[in-house]
Amino acid sequence: MKYIDQELVVKRMNGRNIVNTLFKGLFLLATLVSLLFLAILLYRIGTQGISHLSWDFLNNFASRFPEKAGIKAALVGSLWLMAVVAPTSIILGVGSAIYLEEYAKKNRMTAFIRTNISNLAGVPSVVFGLLGLTIFVRALSLGNSVLAAGFTMSLLILPVIIVAAQESIRAIPGELRDASYGMGATKWQTIVKVILPAAIPGILTGSILALSRAIGETAPLIVIGIPVIIQFLPSGVMDTFTALPMQIYDWSSRPQQEFQVVAAAGIIVLMVVLLLMNTVAAIIRNKFQKRY
Amino acid sequence: MTTVSIAKAKKGSNLNKVENTNSVYLTKQLNLWYGEKHALKNIDLDIKENEVTAIIGPSGCGKSTYIKTLNRMVELVPSVKTSGEILYRDRNIFDADYSVEELRTRVGMVFQKPNPFPKSIYDNIAYGPRIHGIKNKKILDEIVEKSLRGAAIWDEVKDRLTENAYSISGGQQQRICIARALAIEPDVILMDEPTSALDPISTLKIEELVQELKQDYSIIIVTHNMQQAARISDKTAFFLNGEVIEYDQTDAIFSNPSDKRTEDYISGRFG
Repeated sequence: MKYIDQELVVKRMNGRNIVNTLFKGLFLLATLVSLLFLAILLYRIGTQGISHLSWDFLNNFASRFPEKAGIKAALVGSLWLMAVVAPTSIILGVGSAIYLEEYAKKNRMTAFIRTNISNLAGVPSVVFGLLGLTIFVRALSLGNSVLAAGFTMSLLILPVIIVAAQESIRAIPGELRDASYGMGATKWQTIVKVILPAAIPGILTGSILALSRAIGETAPLIVIGIPVIIQFLPSGVMDTFTALPMQIYDWSSRPQQEFQVVAAAGIIVLMVVLLLMNTVAAIIRNKFQKRY
Repeated sequence: MTTVSIAKAKKGSNLNKVENTNSVYLTKQLNLWYGEKHALKNIDLDIKENEVTAIIGPSGCGKSTYIKTLNRMVELVPSVKTSGEILYRDRNIFDADYSVEELRTRVGMVFQKPNPFPKSIYDNIAYGPRIHGIKNKKILDEIVEKSLRGAAIWDEVKDRLTENAYSISGGQQQRICIARALAIEPDVILMDEPTSALDPISTLKIEELVQELKQDYSIIIVTHNMQQAARISDKTAFFLNGEVIEYDQTDAIFSNPSDKRTEDYISGRFG
């Protein structure tokens, strides 16, 4: 007695193939929908903003005259912001990940902490803005400086970096640890010589993607009171500044139609910066990709 | 293949053997628990120097656990508890003032799956000496060459020392791992099923290597393969359910086991 009836299989084959093709089409459609909207976005911004893109646009400060409005303060401000966010968040994030993966005992407490780090990654950015306002701007009296904003943004992306670093550390085969410990290496030697070199592509990719998120965030900056119109460049981390998304938000909310063009040009600049960062991430990933 | 023929083939090589009296590892009443699970029960074993000691037994009998206890790698598993003593060269390895790092520089280990680091062949071999503080390039070069020669792989890799260790075959990788263990100039080499992931020819090479290495090192090898134990070891311990059922000269174990369970296992009736 056979359980699989060959005739029935043949009879049903047609229906199975139809379902198979149907789902393929469905998934293709899903991809096309997202691509379509992306294309519309790029087209609209490209056609609108490209006319305003020029060296002057990059080199001018903000102005109430659309034709004179430039993005210099915001671009440089965003770079300053990154100069604070990148080291702060990567050092804290990778440090926490190493502690959680390599040192912390695997018990309920650490499981609880792990889960909540992932949850933190989902907390709205405006909440981090309020946190930054309370701690850095007010309690530590940093004001609306690069430092205060940088620390706030670091907190915002810290969970993402921790999770990315934890995952790249966890992906390293246990055999490599065994090999190192088996030769009498200490934990620290194993971390520095085996674990970090193998985990670095994943850590850097995750960190750069997190930094791209930070460079595009507006809400926390608004909450901690970062100004929009600034006619000077910050000369240190204690100075105030403005950032690309703030500037774009301001332009796009102005009534004059001409400012929409300026905003589109600003978006192009922001997207180029993001694209550059993602390219760096991709290069790092490919260059350091290791096989085990 | 019958057990008798293995034993006969083995005898020739052991004729001029002098009975060895120096213990390298003396295990006394060792018990080990993984949480609630009692994995090793009252183990007593006296392992002699410059011999190959094979540990055989079915899966889950505790043989890998035991070999990992000898360099305390087993403690990387959380919730492991031990009692009893293991004297390595007359010193209890569980003593509070005996650091695991110190122990592991005396006891090298080769694992089941070849596990080179994703670094160059050279850096793999130099890893151990470097972590123990050797920085001089010339000395490192010498250690690398000596270790690779010791693992009989120098001729195959001498022109590609800067290549990634993953660019060579699995059998070669395993010999790189043996060379890496030799580079810390150990006294004992622990091998945890070193050929189970390898093809027959690579296995043969490693078996030959083990025979050569025992001139200078004491070797303890866990193996699933009874023919392998018979071919390469001087003494064999048969583990079952966390206990040592029988421990004797390999010839005796394979030709005339004293315990019924040993006989059943080596004749393939279970396991």
